[in-house]
This record gives sequence, C-alpha cells and structure tokens, in this order.
Amino acid sequence: MDLSLSTETIGDRTIVRVGGEIDVYTAPKLREQLVELVNDGSFHLVVDMEGVDFLDSTGLGVLVGGLKRVRAHEGSLRLVCNQERILKIFRITGLTKVFPIHTSVEEAVEATD
Amino acid sequence: MATVELRFSALPEHVRTARLVAAAVARRAGVDEAVLDELRLAVGEACTRAVGLHQTVGISSPVKVLLIEEEKQFSIEVGDEAPRAAPGGRGSGSAGDVTEVEAEEDEMGLAVISGLVDDVEVTAGEHGGLIRMTWPTTPPAAVLP
Repeated sequence: MDLSLSTETIGDRTIVRVGGEIDVYTAPKLREQLVELVNDGSFHLVVDMEGVDFLDSTGLGVLVGGLKRVRAHEGSLRLVCNQERILKIFRITGLTKVFPIHTSVEEAVEATD
Repeated sequence: MATVELRFSALPEHVRTARLVAAAVARRAGVDEAVLDELRLAVGEACTRAVGLHQTVGISSPVKVLLIEEEKQFSIEVGDEAPRAAPGGRGSGSAGDVTEVEAEEDEMGLAVISGLVDDVEVTAGEHGGLIRMTWPTTPPAAVLP
C-alpha cells in the first residue's frame, strides 16, 4: 500500500493524516509535506498515524526531522497513535520521550505543554 | 542452499517486496504469527540499510536476501557489497547535513533491528556487510484428515 496524506487546520494546529506504509520509498513524500507546512508557517503540527500500517526507521527519521524544524520556530509536533505495533517502534528507539503521543486528534489539539 | 533467495536492484521501491516475501516464507516455515510484524520490520530495516549503502557508494550490484529454513529456526541474511574500509567515508558532494541525517537513520535502523531481534549478527568487511537474523520456529501442527 502506498502512502496517503491529507491536512486539516483546527485553530492554530495543523493535522496531518497519514495512511498506508511509511518506509524508505514513501517517507520522502511525508518529509516534503512536513517541510512544506513549516515553510508555509504551520509550526504546530499533529501527525495522525491511526491509518498507518507500517512504520520503519526512515519514517522515524522524517518525524524527528519535522520536530527539529517546528522547534526552530518554537512550534510543536504531536503524534496520534493507538496501534501497539507502531508504538513499539517508538519505545524501542526511546522516541516516546521525544514525541508527545496522544490517543486522539481531539486530545492532541487541546494539549499544551 | 537457502529456501528462498531474493536479489533486487538497490532501489527503495523494492524493499517492500522483500518485506512481503520474507514474511510469507517465515510464516510458512513456522515462525510465530506474533513475531511476523517484527520480522517484517527487521528485514525491511536491513534491506533499507543495504540499499542506502549501495546507493551511497554507487554500487550497481543487487542487494541479496537469503531466507533459510532450518531445523527449529528460521534465518534471514541480508547482504550488501559496500566495502567498509575507511570509517566516515560515506557520501561525497552532498550537503553535510544530508549525510548526517542519512547516518542518523542508518544508526536508527540498526537500533531498531537490535531492539526487535534477539539473535542478530552484524558483520562487515572490505567486500561488504551481512546482517543475519534468526527466529525460532514451531513445527506445523499435524494436518487432520
């Protein structure tokens, strides 16, 4: 399955809904999307990963890159994920300490530091 | 001889194929369903790393994946042909930060593999590198008449 991407704005947050597989082939599309959003002035991102079937370290690298970009503008990057197999990858790499991970888009939108 | 041998051009679009083939052969060999997701991820990481190494060094030869069914275990070997003579010799002509990001992703790939797979060996030399990962198998249940 290929990667699907869509965006939506709720208040000052931009929701990026991701579906399909994020791997070495598709991750550049996600990177482009995040870079474009930041370049257009969206610095508070919520990446909804509920539709993601597969995530590898290339995808993690893109998310870390996105976080670095929004932080340069004092922004935030929050994740929405309830899938154990995806969460496991964040745990193995210690990235659960780096990304705020929420159970719903609503929770992520309302969250503040 | 390996149960299944796969060679593919070092292109990102073929990594998914390698993941799917590896998971299918592993399932048939009796690897526990519960670890198939991890196996799929681990073999994808190893192939991604090999593709990256071939592309960085400019090697046109294919990445090789061996799927080996043995007694009570199933092994996957992912081999690349990128020589490891001089550490830090990755890339040329690209922006420094890009190379740095690639190196970070490479490290993260290995971190994921070692986090997922208990039995893993990573070797590398002047003729390339090899990641060998092994999982236990359970014999298939007897087929009822």
